[in-house]
Order: sequence, then structure tokens, then C-alpha cells
Amino acid sequence: MSWDLILSNSLYTAVSANAIAYMLVALGLNVHFGYTGLLNFGQAGFAAVGAYSLSIPISRYDWPWPFALLFLVFASIVLALLLGIPTLRLRADYLAIVTIAIAEIIRLFLNSVRFTWLTGGNDGLQGFTRFMENANPFPANGITVWAQKIDGYRLWLMLTGWVLLTVVAVAVYLLMRSPWGRVLKSIREDEDAARSLGKNVFAYKMQSLILGGFIGSLGGMWLVLDKQSSQPQDFSTTFTFFAYTIIILGGIARAKGPIIGTMIFLFLIQFVDITLQQATKTTPSDPNPILPTWLVDQNNFSQVRFIVAGLALAILVVVRPQGIFGDKREQAFDVR
Amino acid sequence: MSANTVNYSPTPGSRKEDAILVADNVRRAFGGLVAVDVEHVEIPRNKITALIGPNGAGKTTFFNLLTGFDTPDTGHTVFNGSPINEMPAHKVARIGMIRTFQLTKALSRMTVIENMRLGAAHQKGESFWRGFFAPLWRQQESEITTKAEELLARFNLAHMRDELAGGLSGGQRKLLEMARALMAEPEMVMLDEPMAGVNPALKQSLLEHIKALRTEGRTVLFVEHDMDMVREISDWVIVMAEGRIIAEGTPDDIGANQAVVDAYLGAHHDVDLGGAQ
Repeated sequence: MSWDLILSNSLYTAVSANAIAYMLVALGLNVHFGYTGLLNFGQAGFAAVGAYSLSIPISRYDWPWPFALLFLVFASIVLALLLGIPTLRLRADYLAIVTIAIAEIIRLFLNSVRFTWLTGGNDGLQGFTRFMENANPFPANGITVWAQKIDGYRLWLMLTGWVLLTVVAVAVYLLMRSPWGRVLKSIREDEDAARSLGKNVFAYKMQSLILGGFIGSLGGMWLVLDKQSSQPQDFSTTFTFFAYTIIILGGIARAKGPIIGTMIFLFLIQFVDITLQQATKTTPSDPNPILPTWLVDQNNFSQVRFIVAGLALAILVVVRPQGIFGDKREQAFDVR
Repeated sequence: MSANTVNYSPTPGSRKEDAILVADNVRRAFGGLVAVDVEHVEIPRNKITALIGPNGAGKTTFFNLLTGFDTPDTGHTVFNGSPINEMPAHKVARIGMIRTFQLTKALSRMTVIENMRLGAAHQKGESFWRGFFAPLWRQQESEITTKAEELLARFNLAHMRDELAGGLSGGQRKLLEMARALMAEPEMVMLDEPMAGVNPALKQSLLEHIKALRTEGRTVLFVEHDMDMVREISDWVIVMAEGRIIAEGTPDDIGANQAVVDAYLGAHHDVDLGGAQ
């Protein structure tokens, strides 16, 4: 067992460009669910729109990347309007139903054979990351931190990603401390009360949906920049539920929640995964793995990480229901 | 109090010389059930008007129709010169008519002071883009906070300033909701059962607070079942039954009104149904 490798790799996973993508997606969902009380189950749809509004224009139509970024802003706003206009006047459950459906429609469309000419279908799209590769100031073979090797492109994505994430997180933090954020929280608590005090609840919900959706799209963009390939299966509903797990872990409606939540979540999964990988490994010189094969072996350890992660989550929710940063007092008055 | 004596005609739909709210032919049906069918009603300015009636009389529905929380099937309502029948609730609140709810709506997971601040109208920082830049709204925020603290002191909630509103007792929530409504300086305050679930000691202080609203020049319309309270503070009483307005008058007139007694107790309450021997 190489503990150096296990720990350095798990820690890297928790702060990598991939982690930044999860943080952004969860941050957007926190704006929806944590602050405004909007039950958005289609955050993966926003992420998919972010990913493909970068990859389709660049891969298929050779757009310069700034135009693709503008298109991302436009597309995420259009999706938010599409989701919001019919549902935001209705009760919270309707938004949940519509968002989960639209997110699946988006994924199935991206996956469909008929539109492979546009979306690349099941194989996805590649070759849209050249602008980031060309801007990369680091040597291609990158650096080695502890026992973890990080290539130059990933290092560059990490650096720019953390800058982007900081800007977005600070902006959300400032907004939520402002009277604007106060109106969002009042809508989460009781939208009729907000209405009775002269607040245009529909407009605020829409702004929240647009803001959180846009941040989620940035997350989707970062996910595919890291993978260098955008594929529909990355945007299944599991992605949304991971984002929910993350914000519950970190503490709902806390600015740091999505960031710390992602770190814990990804660290835990990776740690379990790579530890089991090491513990079930056999080599010609040492045919006996550390763990007995009747319990777990090389072929099935990868499922165990989710079992362990789920168990850890369950324990956390029982022991600390408000999440890592949540306020225990608030939990007591959760009336929904 | 001579300033509050009224001499309107005690008939349903009577004219008031200075009405702040006038509603005509307001009708709302839920399927076959006509919940509200009000031909004409006027609410006098700077008076405390009580809206009473037996359960199911349509009082709360009428309240919802007036405040934009529900839309009437037909009807025309004018508040302070502006037609409000098609106006959404938040706009009705902005032009100066703020309501409270039968089931108190304190914003549980926000502090008492944040509840109060939310109530203030015309906040610059409530716009998305200005929200980012604290210098644009900080000055106004501190003015709002000062005002909120004054109101909290007046409503005996100053010691709860930084507690979460969910931790308040039922009576304190009623006080908070009323104080929060006042943050927007409404011309008219609509209270839906302000005394429901309030203990007798607090009741007295709530009564004083409601009277103080009139002293400040505001108009109050409230729904209430507690007849002692109605008699004590209202200048004018409107009685609803089965969706219609069946009587109007001073509290004294109403006590003597046969139609009201019938509505509450049934028209045949004094007939011996057991039959004459």
C-alpha cells in the first residue's frame, strides 16, 4: 500500500479542475435551492448546455472561443426562461418535475443518432479545447506534487478555474448579503409573505434561476474542458444528485458550502476507490491481495466506493444534519 | 374620541364621504360555490373597520380579492384612486395596502431584524445589479435598520432583534408581522384575524398597537371573530354572511341588528322547533 499515492491523489482529486466543475454546478444549485428554495432537479441540464454551447460552435463551426462564451451566456439564459416561465408561478413541485424532464430531454437529444452531425451523439465532441491548450503557459509534462503528477494543461485549468470560481463565489456571497439576497431568502421561507410586502416574487425567482443556471453552465464548461471531450452521459440526473449531496454536505445556503462540500465528497470517493484498488491489487511476485478475495476483489471494488460514500453521508446527516457549515438553529425551524 | 365618531348610514353598501377603498360587484365563485358576491362597499379613510361574519362567510376570500392574492371573476375595486382589480399582489402592496395573514407568516430562518428590513419599500439594493455594490445601498440600509429598531422597540421585540423569527412565540410573531407591515409605511393595513391564538395579556397590547395605527393616520381593515375586540376598537363594522354584505354600522348598531343575529345563530334560533304543545 502506498499511502503517499493514495493521499496525494485523493487530495488532488478534491481540488482539481474536475472538482472545480462540481463546485460551480453545486454553487449554482445552491443559489436555486439553498437561497431561493427552487427545487431544481435539472441542474445537469444547465451543465450540459454549458458544455455543448462551447463544444458545438467551436468543434463544428470553428467559432472563436469568445463568441462561444457569449453563446453559453445566451443559451443558459434561454434555458432558464424556458424552465421558469411556465413553472415559477406554480407550486415548487412543478418546477422539480419540469426541470428533471427537460434535463433528460437535453441529454437524450445530445445522445440521439439523428443529431450526431451536430452533437457527436454517443461519442461526443472533441477538439474544442485548443484555445485553452494554446494559452497554457506551463510546460506540457507539468509538475509533480508529493506523489501526484499534474500535467501542464490540467495545472493551467486548475489555476484559471480557481480564479473563475473565486470570482463567482465572491459575487454570490456579496449578492446574498445584499437586500437582493434577502428577498430571495424571504421567498424560500414564504413567498406569499414576500408578495404581501411588495416584492415581485416571479421576477426574483427568474433572476435566481438565470443566475444559478448560468453558474451551472460554467461548471459544465469546466467539466468538458478538463475531459477534453463533451459526452452526453456525463450529464445524467446523477450529476444533479451529486450536486445536491454536495450542498447538503457543505451546508445549505452557505457561500463556502458547495466548495467544501465538493472537496469532502470527491476526496471521500477517490480515497475509498484508490485505497481499495491498492488493497485488492495482485502482482506476479505477490499473488495475495491485502483484502481477502471473498470480500472484495479487483473486479468489483469500484462499486464499493459509492457504498462507502453513501454510508458516510448517511452518518453525517444523522450526526450533523445542518452540514459542515450549516447553522444548527436554522435546522430547528425547517418547516417545509 | 370625538375624531373617530362616525355618522354614516348604517345600511349595507352605504356611502362614506372619504372612502379609501371602494369595491363594486366583486364576485368570486369556486365552481358552483359563490364565495364572495359584494355589490358595493366603501371603507372609510383613517378609521378602524372590522369585517365580521360566521365561518365560511367569505371574509378571507374577500380579503384575498382586495389585496391581489386572488382575482375576482367580475368587479371593480379602487384604492386611493387607483383601480386594483387586475393588479398583482406585490403591486397592491407597493401602492400602500399591506396585509397580514390568518396563519402568521414569520420568515422562520431569518432573524427578526432581517424580517423587518425586508418590509421596507423602494430598496435600492433589491435590484440585482446594484446588489453587488454595497456602497450603493449601505446608507439606505442603515436608515432602514434604524427605523426597524424603533418599530421593534415599540412592539416590545427589541430584545429578540437577532433571534431567528422561528424562535418567537405565536403572539410575538403576530407582533412581528404587524411591525414588518409598517416598515413600508402603508396607508392601509389589512389584518386577517390579528387576535387568533394570542393570550389575553398580549391582546391588550395588540389592541393598543392597532389603535396607534389610526392615530398615525392609517386606515385599518381587520377580520376578527373576537367580538369584545371588535366592540372595543372598531369605528365601523361590516358583516358578511354567505359571501354578501348583510349589515353595516357602528359596533352598537350591529349588536342590535336582527340580520346579524340571524346570520350567526340561524334565522329560526328563537323558534321552538320542538313544536307547540
